[in-house]
Amino acid sequence: MSKKPTAKKQEVHTTGHEWDGIEEYNNPLPRWWLWTFYATVIWGVLYTVAYPAWPLINGATPGLLGHSTRADVAAEIAEYAKANEPIEAKLVAADLTAINTDEELANYTANAGRAVFGTWCAQCHGAGAGGNVGYPNLLDNDWLWGGSIEDIHLTVTHGIRNTDDADARYSEMPAFGRDELLESAQIEQVVQYVRQISGQDHDAAAATEGAVVFVDNCASCHMEDGTGDRMQGAPNLTDAIWLYGGDVDTLTETVTNARFGVMPNWNTRLSEAEIRAVAAYVHSLGGGE
Amino acid sequence: MGLLDKHGVIEKNATLLLVFSFLVVTVGGIVEIAPLFYLENTIEKVEGVRPYTPLELTGRDIYIREGCYVCHSQMIRPMRDEVERYGHYSLAAESMYDHPFQWGSKRTGPDLARVGGRYSDGWHVDHLTNPQSVVPESVMPKYGFLLNRMIEPTYIEDRLKTDALVGVPYSSEMIEAAKADFAAQADPDSDYDGLMERYPKAQVRNFDGKSGISEMDALVAYLQVLGTMVDFSTFEPVASR
Repeated sequence: MSKKPTAKKQEVHTTGHEWDGIEEYNNPLPRWWLWTFYATVIWGVLYTVAYPAWPLINGATPGLLGHSTRADVAAEIAEYAKANEPIEAKLVAADLTAINTDEELANYTANAGRAVFGTWCAQCHGAGAGGNVGYPNLLDNDWLWGGSIEDIHLTVTHGIRNTDDADARYSEMPAFGRDELLESAQIEQVVQYVRQISGQDHDAAAATEGAVVFVDNCASCHMEDGTGDRMQGAPNLTDAIWLYGGDVDTLTETVTNARFGVMPNWNTRLSEAEIRAVAAYVHSLGGGE
Repeated sequence: MGLLDKHGVIEKNATLLLVFSFLVVTVGGIVEIAPLFYLENTIEKVEGVRPYTPLELTGRDIYIREGCYVCHSQMIRPMRDEVERYGHYSLAAESMYDHPFQWGSKRTGPDLARVGGRYSDGWHVDHLTNPQSVVPESVMPKYGFLLNRMIEPTYIEDRLKTDALVGVPYSSEMIEAAKADFAAQADPDSDYDGLMERYPKAQVRNFDGKSGISEMDALVAYLQVLGTMVDFSTFEPVASR
């Protein structure tokens, strides 16, 4: 050891404590540490003066800078709203069918619509709009309620079969089995008939019987030829596209307990410009009519 | 320096040191916590927030039991990205009847403070049963067993009384009708006028689409009410916050 303990003892005082002959040095704190400490104290005092801090009788001190996170977020949102105002005004004023032919609007809705879709629609219809079992694929040209821009706009605005918007698209398939409208044998037959008109393997004899059941019970919505009716959101049963599935088990479940797909109305959550943007985006995905 | 020189006294007496330490901590507590109880702007005055219905409250207990709060927060912070994604930032008034609150600070899944009405009941059932069936990239576990666990409102009156004890304004009428309200909310064919009167804007549906009241019914009823109570037309942001 280079330093001699005796030399140190002369420079540094002790605290005066002594236990069985053992004493405690009273070393000063390192200067950099001490000044940093004082600086944080000063910083702390200035901070409480500048920003909201001390609780008083009726509220906290507001601070000299007038900082407010709520005012900040309102200002930031207003700033973006203002930047988008001209294009959104143009979007809302435009004829729906003209959106995709106007280059400026088409560019805007391609991006804004995709953002809206990713935030609000993707959870059901999939991030790529490919749909899921029970949630329609929006990429193809098989539409339940219509694939024109006006139809899509109406669907997004009011939703489907929800209880929150009186203008929601509405139809209800009867639960033919649960409510005992059809015998289980009749259900088996009509399922075979649906398999037949959709070009799948089927029992021809049962399908012939099922054709009668179909005309009596199903044709008013799905049409006599089974091609469906968009006015009632009744799917086309003659193609290979199925919302819930075209196998015997799924079809039997559908006829027995019916289906009741619900879509929320978005007019309370999204602005008209946002609804138009997402409608134009969905329309442009490939199936738009 | 007379008083300071006497620090040896508390250094040699553990009990005294404990008492004084406690007093120092108490000062911090009084300054930081006590004002929240008397300041009027701690909880903004807004219309619409009501106590949970018995079914929603049961769903909330299931939410807590299953640890949903471990991955989902219920607190939309006042930042543009959150407001644009989830909706209006959360207000203190929205969780004033939450015991305990579910704000959370960890988001493996999205924030649920305003999930109510955003998806259909059917989506919630599909998603809780098998989250990957609708959101392939999800890491959420499956909760399909909730469909098979039927529930009876055996202790619902006591449950409401417990919340009433800590300040939730459940009236004696609400507590008396708790069992009936519990059943009525999941059955659209029932007589639910009383329920609607006691709990305005309550949603009455067969939430899981199956007969009987399962834990799925209760949980979906709770999820569908989240964030839907506040009437924002009655909310005015205070400049000083």
